[in-house]
Amino acid sequence: MASNGAIPFWRAAGMTYITYSNICANLVRNCLKEPYKTEALSREKVHFSISKWTDGKPEKPAIRSDSPEE
Amino acid sequence: MFRQTSRLLARTTGAATSRRSRAFSTDVPATPAQDSNFIESWKKVIPNIDPPKTPSSFMTPRPATPASIPSKITVNFVLPYASELSAKEVDMVIVPATTGQMGVLPGHVPTIAELKPGVLSVHEGNDVTKYFLSSGFALIHANSVADIVAVEAVPLDHIDPALVQKGLAEFTQKLGSATTDLEKAEAQIGVDVHSAMNSAITG
Repeated sequence: MASNGAIPFWRAAGMTYITYSNICANLVRNCLKEPYKTEALSREKVHFSISKWTDGKPEKPAIRSDSPEE
Repeated sequence: MFRQTSRLLARTTGAATSRRSRAFSTDVPATPAQDSNFIESWKKVIPNIDPPKTPSSFMTPRPATPASIPSKITVNFVLPYASELSAKEVDMVIVPATTGQMGVLPGHVPTIAELKPGVLSVHEGNDVTKYFLSSGFALIHANSVADIVAVEAVPLDHIDPALVQKGLAEFTQKLGSATTDLEKAEAQIGVDVHSAMNSAITG
């Protein structure tokens, strides 16, 4: 197995590759020119509902409609 | 029962020796469109019904490693939401690997390269198409097929230089004032991505 030696700085700080990749993608999207920027940001919007479970029963669900976070 | 054992044993050792006789593990044979072992065994047991199709028969077969170096590489450039280039034959691609800009010509040694934010350029004859990639991977196979996957890729003229400068200034300032490791890492990522975009639009 090729071992490159140096650990990337983001992994040394506790970040995973997927977090790093999503941050990079968000930064690129935020620097686009106008029609492309709104297209890209609207493409990436997520809408989901999340509920925590305790004692085998779901609690009240919370609906999240964020643009994706890091 | 014991007659079956010798047949099964012969089959596994037969497969093992044929694998060992191939030159490199990275040389890829063409994938068969159907699994011939499965079809033969099916026909012996149930000759009247057609054998069912297996997943491999639905996929386009993988091209074999040609004996001599082909003249063009086949590029598959995909994003999560779109397939930018699909089996396009080109002369060369330059990918922004973490180890530097890497030029890929037909017959390139099989490589898996992690990509850093940078410019991907596709050279076909005299045309060069450039995209700015946010990050991703480039997989180059022995049969001169290159798969490039990225999360976000934009043509260079979709990038707004004013926003890039603003972002670069903002993240350089955040890098100076960051305290925790995570903040420093995030600010560093911001500086890297913005300076890559900057050199892509000005370079």
